[in-house]
Amino acid sequence: MFVLAEFNVLRPEPGLLFWSILIFVIFWYLMSKFAFRPIAQALIKRENHIQDALNDAKKAKDELRKIQTENSKLMEEARAERSKMLKEAKEHRNQIVAEARVAAKEEANKIVAQANQEIESLKKTALLDVKNQVSNIALEVAEKVIQKKLSDDAGQMEYLNDLVKDINLS
Amino acid sequence: MYMNRIFRLSKIVFLAVILLGINSHRLLAQDHEEGGHDDHTEAHHGEAGAHEDGEHVAEFDPANTAFHHISDQNVYSLGFADIPLPCFFYSKSDGWNVFMSSKFGIGHHGNGHYAVDGYVLVESIARRINDESFPKGKIELGEHPYVFEYVTVDGKEKEKVSLSYEGKLYPLENKSTLDGGLMGGGLTSFYDFSPTKNVVSLLLMVLLLFFVFRKIARRYNEDAYRAPKGIQSFMEPIFIFIQDEVAKPFLGHRWQKFLPFLMCLFFLILALNLYGQIPFFGNANVTGNLTFTMALALVTFFVVNLNGKKDYWMHVLWMPGVPVFVKPILTVVEILGLFIKPLTLMLRLAANLTAGHMIIVIFVSLLFIFNDAGQNMIGSVPGLALSVPLTMFMMALELLVALVQAFVFTILTASYIGAAIEEHH
Repeated sequence: MFVLAEFNVLRPEPGLLFWSILIFVIFWYLMSKFAFRPIAQALIKRENHIQDALNDAKKAKDELRKIQTENSKLMEEARAERSKMLKEAKEHRNQIVAEARVAAKEEANKIVAQANQEIESLKKTALLDVKNQVSNIALEVAEKVIQKKLSDDAGQMEYLNDLVKDINLS
Repeated sequence: MYMNRIFRLSKIVFLAVILLGINSHRLLAQDHEEGGHDDHTEAHHGEAGAHEDGEHVAEFDPANTAFHHISDQNVYSLGFADIPLPCFFYSKSDGWNVFMSSKFGIGHHGNGHYAVDGYVLVESIARRINDESFPKGKIELGEHPYVFEYVTVDGKEKEKVSLSYEGKLYPLENKSTLDGGLMGGGLTSFYDFSPTKNVVSLLLMVLLLFFVFRKIARRYNEDAYRAPKGIQSFMEPIFIFIQDEVAKPFLGHRWQKFLPFLMCLFFLILALNLYGQIPFFGNANVTGNLTFTMALALVTFFVVNLNGKKDYWMHVLWMPGVPVFVKPILTVVEILGLFIKPLTLMLRLAANLTAGHMIIVIFVSLLFIFNDAGQNMIGSVPGLALSVPLTMFMMALELLVALVQAFVFTILTASYIGAAIEEHH
């Protein structure tokens, strides 16, 4: 037995149709105005905001990367500069040392030369002095000889010659 | 420990029996606890002529139970209580009659104890005595006043309900329906404009959705950039899913204009589908009611066609790109299509939901089929063993159907609107 006893779900009823349409249209209006439109707007706003934030983050990251590359480049350059400077300083030092050495040598040579010169002149002075003294002594000797033993001419001559000889040798 | 487990199991089974017992007592139309001699037994086996089996008195009819269960009613029945609803009746002879359905004196099965101004309540549904000789005002009826019989009209079996009052049988008329007799209805002597169980359920869901989404919208309005919280974070993915998977692909750059409409359809259908699923909560079958889906389909029809662009109407009326002799044929097909599209929307949703509800009722009814409507307690065992898992399975399936049907209705509506507003360049 299969009878559509009260199968009114399949019968369109004007009353229910009226209420359904009325309630649905009011619901549609209210939801659209107070709920769905504001939510959709807010979601769009937020979506844009998130997209912007992501774009900004990407940009910032790129910027950062650029800055980092620049930094490392600068560091590299600075390092090269430093080693170059170090090298130059070393060379400079060596040069200064070498120059100083040369100068010192020259100075020393000069001092030595001067000393030699001085020695030479001193020697000359001394020799002159010695000669003077010798000639004085010779004079004294001669005086003495002349004064004492003028009797023996031969012996005196010999003696005189010996004296002269000795003087020349010294 | 073993005993403990058995004890727990028996407790669960006992609870299930009690729950189903309560359910059957109030919700099922055919209940035979009163010695198998209530209105329905009389209907089927007392005065009924056409189907007299006469073998055993307490026959349980799950089909009728299901039909009764899913129908719209003038009473909101919660199982343990009947909440009366306002009644707005209009008849040509009497004009408007407005009163609460509690005036009927809602009794067992939603059968009224009183007739009010020529209206009576039969199985929670108002009917009218189309007989001027019946007294107006509140009239007390006798015991078992309603007489059910099956008559054959034009080769079709039809249930005929009459009122037995002071020895006289008054035929009762159903409210007017717009099916033109196609579904066993038709225009009768009165119209029912009452906010029925379905209307009340619809209102409840509309208010719930409005307050929930208003709350969510307020949070967005306060600060759109704030992270979602609570109900907002629950609804937002669903909202974005419908927005991105339904509105945007079908509607192109004009998606914002139709978004609220699609959202209304989706959330309202989903809410009503799920609300109808809650056991002991009236089980309102709003989205399974053809009238309600017709209302949605009508609105959809107008939204689609009022927004139709030139290209759309060109395609409907004079299809470009086909030979001239084909064009009139296509015009006929396309114009039919204009109406068939919302018609399929209407039928699909109603049929799916109604079928689901009916199957659940029938699976629950298995228990009463097996135990002969409470007369054969041993039969309860296989009845329970079948009905509980099957009902649970069906309810799980119905949860899925609730979502899928709401989604399908929305996506098809979106595609129809999308076809109407599409502009070719």
